[in-house]
Amino acid sequence: MLELHIDGQLLGQPVLGRILGSVAKGDRICLQGPSGVGKTTLLNAIAGLDRHVPASAIEGRDRIRLGYLFQEHRLLPWRTVRQNLALVGASQADIDRLLAEVGLAAEGDYLPDQLSLGMARRAALARCLAVKPDLLLLDEPFASLDFERAAELRLLIRNLLDHYPAMAMICVTHDAADAQALANRVWYLEGKPAELRQERPVAAGASPAHDLWL
Amino acid sequence: MRSDKSLMAPPRWAYWVMLPAAVLVWGVIAWIIDSSLLPSPAQVLATMTQEASSGELWHHLGVTLRRVLIAFVLAMTLGTLLGVWMGRSLMANALLDPLLVLFLNLPALVVIILLYVWFGLVETAAVLAVVINKVPNVAVTVREGARSLDTRLEQMAQVYNFTLGQRIAHVWTPQLFPYLMAATRGGLALIWKIVLVVELLGRSDGIGFQLHMAFQVFDVAGILAYSLAFVAVVQLIELAILQPMERRASRWRRTEFQNA
Repeated sequence: MLELHIDGQLLGQPVLGRILGSVAKGDRICLQGPSGVGKTTLLNAIAGLDRHVPASAIEGRDRIRLGYLFQEHRLLPWRTVRQNLALVGASQADIDRLLAEVGLAAEGDYLPDQLSLGMARRAALARCLAVKPDLLLLDEPFASLDFERAAELRLLIRNLLDHYPAMAMICVTHDAADAQALANRVWYLEGKPAELRQERPVAAGASPAHDLWL
Repeated sequence: MRSDKSLMAPPRWAYWVMLPAAVLVWGVIAWIIDSSLLPSPAQVLATMTQEASSGELWHHLGVTLRRVLIAFVLAMTLGTLLGVWMGRSLMANALLDPLLVLFLNLPALVVIILLYVWFGLVETAAVLAVVINKVPNVAVTVREGARSLDTRLEQMAQVYNFTLGQRIAHVWTPQLFPYLMAATRGGLALIWKIVLVVELLGRSDGIGFQLHMAFQVFDVAGILAYSLAFVAVVQLIELAILQPMERRASRWRRTEFQNA
């Protein structure tokens, strides 16, 4: 579905080095690595937001739809949750369904700043799904949530992934437990400039044990 | 710019106390001096009603208001386009900023005189002079706004393939709104003052022309009657149009964190 052949040095992107990778339909990838290594930079590059990285370095991007959950909700603060979803092209029926899926059925007419951090993140997640994405990019979806909210959101994302089996996901996280709960592949970004050094699958059988944890 | 200015506005009673008090002080001084060079409030009011009933006041008020509105719309449109362009493009800013500084410091009177000399005492020259005086102010204000556009929302709009129309209506305008409002406020006040000068120097109608006539015969009551009438109209525009518009557009801001 997606082939990455980024050579940051060649392209003038100072953070990224050689990044070779591929994303197939239904892949669940966790992107890990030390802070500041360039995980968000890589997500932005994949999303076409990095002016150094041309579309040709991300083969296949023109053919897929992207949902991107940024670290902040990035909903338009002057539009209600429903209006924010409608702006990316969701029909009213889709909006009802999506809001129910993320547990915000009653909050559709709220403005983003009236929502708590966790709710706003779920509203932004609903917007990601509203574009019927082939690839979902999640940038630290559990950051700055308390333990309980993070666990709730982890469960929600897992259910969504089960519900949309063809959708691929790349999720930036620091937490190995997240990787085990959500991913079937791990990308490890390290070095300066950053290279995608490892691609190790999650140990088989780790997932059921983790369910207790959720 | 994020703080809501209307929340810091003085309470309504302040106007109801201070403005009548000013009229009262004026009345007392006029009564003590007892000179035609400072007519009493009652005399000015009488002149105003007399001019209004003869239709003169309305005619000149209408003419001036039309010039103000045309110049205002043109200046806001051009200034906004220029400001957004300069705020978003370093090259445009580098090329145009020196000119902007020049025009900001060019006295309004110079522009007016030059345009009258070059184009003659015609309506186009009059309106153009006002526009040229105002565009740099609008551009500077809007440029600030364009510079502070949130790049994070810009990225969001790009990821979700917002059309240009959607970006203008839903992403840019709400962010530029406080700056556009500031430009509008300052703009209206500045423009109507320049329009009076333009009329005084080269038109044969409008409030400025009437002031010119009154000045020649030292008719202070006439001067005050016409100027106060126009101040009242500008205040009305502020209260009836601008303030409700601002309240409506900044409603989303006041609801912040009710639920957080």
